[in-house]
Amino acid sequence: MANKTGPDGTGETGRGRQPEATIRDDELERRRRDLEASLATRRTDRLEGKDEAKAAAGYGQALKLSSEFIAGVVVGVGLGWIIDRLAGTAPWGLIVGLLLGFGAGILNVLRSAGLAPEFGQGGKPREPKE
Amino acid sequence: MAAADKVDPIHQFQIHPIIPLHIGGYDVSFTNSSLFMVVTIVLASAFLYWSTASRALIPGRLQSVSEMAYEFVGNMLRDAAGKQGMQFFPLVFSLFMFVLVANLIGLFPYFFTVTSHIIVTFTLAILVIGTVVVYGFAKHGLGFLKLFVPHGVPGLLLPLVVAIEVISFVSRPVSLSVRLFANMLAGHITLKVFSGFVVSLSALGAVGIAGSVLPLAMAVALTALELLVAFLQAYVFAVLTCMYLNDALHPSH
Repeated sequence: MANKTGPDGTGETGRGRQPEATIRDDELERRRRDLEASLATRRTDRLEGKDEAKAAAGYGQALKLSSEFIAGVVVGVGLGWIIDRLAGTAPWGLIVGLLLGFGAGILNVLRSAGLAPEFGQGGKPREPKE
Repeated sequence: MAAADKVDPIHQFQIHPIIPLHIGGYDVSFTNSSLFMVVTIVLASAFLYWSTASRALIPGRLQSVSEMAYEFVGNMLRDAAGKQGMQFFPLVFSLFMFVLVANLIGLFPYFFTVTSHIIVTFTLAILVIGTVVVYGFAKHGLGFLKLFVPHGVPGLLLPLVVAIEVISFVSRPVSLSVRLFANMLAGHITLKVFSGFVVSLSALGAVGIAGSVLPLAMAVALTALELLVAFLQAYVFAVLTCMYLNDALHPSH
């Protein structure tokens, strides 16, 4: 970082780490944490008993999971249908695509619920229960 | 059934051309949808430009709103995709601002909601997944395909698992776009239906006017909920974009 005034490409905002500012930063960090802790206790007080907020969250969750599942099935069927059109294997592409799409939909739902490992990660889910 | 026409909840989603244009047999008219996309972009750009034009060290109200938006998206991207992910910041921030402003503008009566059409949200999702695929192959070459091969799967099951993983990957832009579109569409229809109840009930005389207070209260509550949904869906869209970009950066983790 030769040029202190230009962006350093890390995306950090503010003045950056400067030696004389560290003590004040620590102090500020501590105060911020205290404030956050006290705010958190107040927020839970306010949110308790709010059925509407809970209902909205549940509705959002339901929409999210169902869209994941439907997307899996739709894409599976679509790919199967395209393969049928191109290779003339009707109706087998559609049948296999539907079954695979069903599997992919279940996998999507499990992933978005955090019960299955993400893409590229094999083996155990996030919380191994062995 | 003249009254039924007046409260048609789907009418608000109709697209009609403002400046008809036909080039080479394609209808490329400037529609009300295009108009609101332009309005969205102009509004978002103008807000960000004017609010940060003073470049004050101690930000004013508007400048801190812009800075909050910047830090919000920046932290989201850093958490999901690491420091390397920051090279995609312009893409994610533009998407977030576009979806957020389009959703918020759509809440005004008589305004058109751009994100309530699946073709718009699907185009945005294709842009995201296209970036992921192109960048993934450009950076990792064929190593990007490791994304579809989980560790520790027996060889016999591998073709089946890979097929399911590929379908699951392709279904991501679909679910990304359907979620945003369905939320906006459903929210606006519900709002319109309850507002329609107010009009129809108040036509029934004194009793109707007294009764119409209930759907009116519901419409007010739904407007607040829609405000939350507008923000939440923009957030969800941006968060998922960050997660998908993370796959392009680190396919095998």
